[in-house]
Amino acid sequence: MNKSNSVTRLNIQRIGYIILTILAFLTVTPIVLVLFFILKQGLPAISLEFITGFPFDGMRSGGILPAIIGTIYLTIGTAIFAVPLGIGAAIYLSEYAADNKWTRLIRIAIINLAGIPSVVYGLFGLGLFVIFLRFGTSILAGSLTLAIMTIPVIITTAEEALRAVPQSFRIVSISLGATHWQTIKRIVLPEALPGILTGVILGLERAAGETAPILFTVAAFFLPRLPTSPLDATMALPYHLFVISTQVPGMPIKIQYGTALVLIFFVLSMNIIAAAIRSRARARRQW
Amino acid sequence: MILGLCPSSLVLPHKHMKISNNQIEYVITRIIKATGYSVILFVALIFYFLVSEGIVTLGEVPLPKLFGTRWYPIEGYFGILPLIGGSIIVTVGAMIVAVPVGLGTAIYISEISPRWAREILKPLVEMLGGLPSVVLGFLGILILAPYLRNLLNLPTGLTALAGSILLGGIALPTIISISEDALDAVPRSYRDASLALGATQWQTIWHVTLPAARSGVLTAIMLGIGRAIGETMTVMMVTGNAPVLPTGLRYLFLPVRTMTATIAAEMGEVAKGSVHYHVLFFIGIVLFLISLVINVSASAIVFRTRKRSERILS
Amino acid sequence: MTDKIFVDHLFLNYSDGTESLKDITLNIPANAISVLFGPAGGGKSSLLRVINRLNELADVVFLSGKVWLDGENILDPKIDINRLRRRVGMVFARPVVLPLSIRANLTYGMEIAGEKRKSVLDEAVERSLNQAALWDEVKDRLDDPAVALSGGQQQRLCLARSLALQPEVILLDEPTSGLDPISTGKVEASLQKLKQHYTIVLVPHSIQQAARVADYAAFFLQGEMVEYAPGKNIFTKPQDKRTEDYIEGRFG
Repeated sequence: MNKSNSVTRLNIQRIGYIILTILAFLTVTPIVLVLFFILKQGLPAISLEFITGFPFDGMRSGGILPAIIGTIYLTIGTAIFAVPLGIGAAIYLSEYAADNKWTRLIRIAIINLAGIPSVVYGLFGLGLFVIFLRFGTSILAGSLTLAIMTIPVIITTAEEALRAVPQSFRIVSISLGATHWQTIKRIVLPEALPGILTGVILGLERAAGETAPILFTVAAFFLPRLPTSPLDATMALPYHLFVISTQVPGMPIKIQYGTALVLIFFVLSMNIIAAAIRSRARARRQW
Repeated sequence: MILGLCPSSLVLPHKHMKISNNQIEYVITRIIKATGYSVILFVALIFYFLVSEGIVTLGEVPLPKLFGTRWYPIEGYFGILPLIGGSIIVTVGAMIVAVPVGLGTAIYISEISPRWAREILKPLVEMLGGLPSVVLGFLGILILAPYLRNLLNLPTGLTALAGSILLGGIALPTIISISEDALDAVPRSYRDASLALGATQWQTIWHVTLPAARSGVLTAIMLGIGRAIGETMTVMMVTGNAPVLPTGLRYLFLPVRTMTATIAAEMGEVAKGSVHYHVLFFIGIVLFLISLVINVSASAIVFRTRKRSERILS
Repeated sequence: MTDKIFVDHLFLNYSDGTESLKDITLNIPANAISVLFGPAGGGKSSLLRVINRLNELADVVFLSGKVWLDGENILDPKIDINRLRRRVGMVFARPVVLPLSIRANLTYGMEIAGEKRKSVLDEAVERSLNQAALWDEVKDRLDDPAVALSGGQQQRLCLARSLALQPEVILLDEPTSGLDPISTGKVEASLQKLKQHYTIVLVPHSIQQAARVADYAAFFLQGEMVEYAPGKNIFTKPQDKRTEDYIEGRFG
């Protein structure tokens, strides 16, 4: 092993490290660029009137309140259906299910659900909720569709959070005379809650930003008033952005960026909240 | 008040409460079990509704026509091959971008980066994963497409290439986080042994760590592919929407149409129950099956390798 | 000395083949410390976990025989298993405190059973901490998280936690294996006081501990009970050669 050999190897390493660092940098650039552009062009559009006002002149001026409210309603609706089902299934998989072929089938189903393209969810929602169950294009149909799309995300993160709770806690609880469910309710769930919450928020964040599932199930372009019942159609931020950037001639660029900014703000603040919950829980954990 | 030392005197304050507690617990347990199995129900429902509207197509459109190369519904041409080709070429392009960058970033985060860089990178990657696809499509139309048009002197910037670049960005977080998990899972002892034999860290990464993590990396890439093929809004907004069968890599610089964009773009205009309507559902079935194959085989890799390593380490 | 527990021809197998029990017959007298000792894998922990039926959390493939507690067969599927676990308390090898306050750890078992009266709970907290010789050290910080205690204190807290339920039997599985000698001494002293009112079954973590505390001792080897005698006899004049070899340290 002569000296020039090791010098060569170190040089290769140096070059390799530079390449890797560049690649990592390339990952960071898109996000930074996106945020930069949208902030720069979108901030001028933001005003109280923009956020609380209604659109007029074919969307070309005014505010986007209905879209904001619509997205909020859809997110809440998704949560109502997805959270109980998702957490329940996670509890089943983590605390009750035996390791047999039925459980494996459930896991395959979850993996499958997680991978289905969002537009296929839109078709499904159209077929089942809008047409077959006659909910029509409605918040109800959209929420149910988004909920089924969100459930696998919640299950995966919630199950991981539940499994992270040390098994010794369960054994001690049972040895003190607690039943299975008492143990889950009093010890396991509270300890897993931050992790579960993080997963729920990240799942809802995705649902809030999706367009394809709501294309045929809930979204309307121009609604002069706010929705008053779950069976109403509604505007929504992602769909609104899509339409004003592709289908409305003469759309002021400022408003397009402004809408994008509001959407990103909504989504990213959920991201930050979830991350904050996660790190605070990690610090306060008693195990 | 005195519980005493006599065994049977550990009496509950309300004897009947014990019985109803058991009943409540029984009901709760069954509800939880039902939610667990509901997932299977959902998959079955989705498949059923796709099939119920889509399988009719096989009767309405003769197979050679269905897999023909012309997609022009207005005149009755329902060849879905150009759409499949569009999805493929955009995905291939996306992987050319995402795999090197993603894998490189994962290696960087997992093996090389100082702690402070990691603390910045990981949240940023997560933020990238949270960006709504419609926002990326929007920026693609306004910024990326014109840029590409000027840079490469093309008639239009709305091409497969634009779609690939954006899709690559969308698939990046998936590839990075799963690869990073795979690299983290490689036991420290492997690296230590290699370094102890005189290898540099670089050599260790390439000859020891990466091969050890290769099934996890493979899973990451497959799931990234799944993510890219399934993406709808971004490709619909920037790939130009021209259903032309891409027969070579030069089509990267031309407009194409993916399966997902087709459904999204045309569903709003079809009459319910028409042939066009059924064909769109049929495309949905194709997409469902593709994602089924990709995702299930990706996770099968994970299961198999975990068992193997368990055998080795015990 | 009456028999508190009578193990009646007990056979037990797990799916992975370890820690099985072969035809164990044994009586455990009340108000005494009975010790189960022997090399690893002998089945002592298994037997311990049969007495509070904690073994059912693992994958049992075969179980036959009876275990009588005050004349009731506790292996009968009809008995109330949660009540059994309150009558038979267990302290594990590593101190596992629940992620709650000290007070909440102690009242957990009673709250699970439905006890809500504050006076009863408070009384149990003070009594059990006294019995475990921990009251003076923690009486001013009962609402602090239990993880803040030292290892020895945590283990005594686990003992108090079982005592709060006023069990009749206390099972201890190598309770002092992670503790320093002073904490070990405190635990052993508590056990000597407790045996006046409770039946204690202990798996020791050393032969020396067994010799120190045992009123009665049973030697387990690979699932069989080889010998059973009063403590003062078995460690000085073992009857079976295998027992003698183990005590002398010829194998372990």
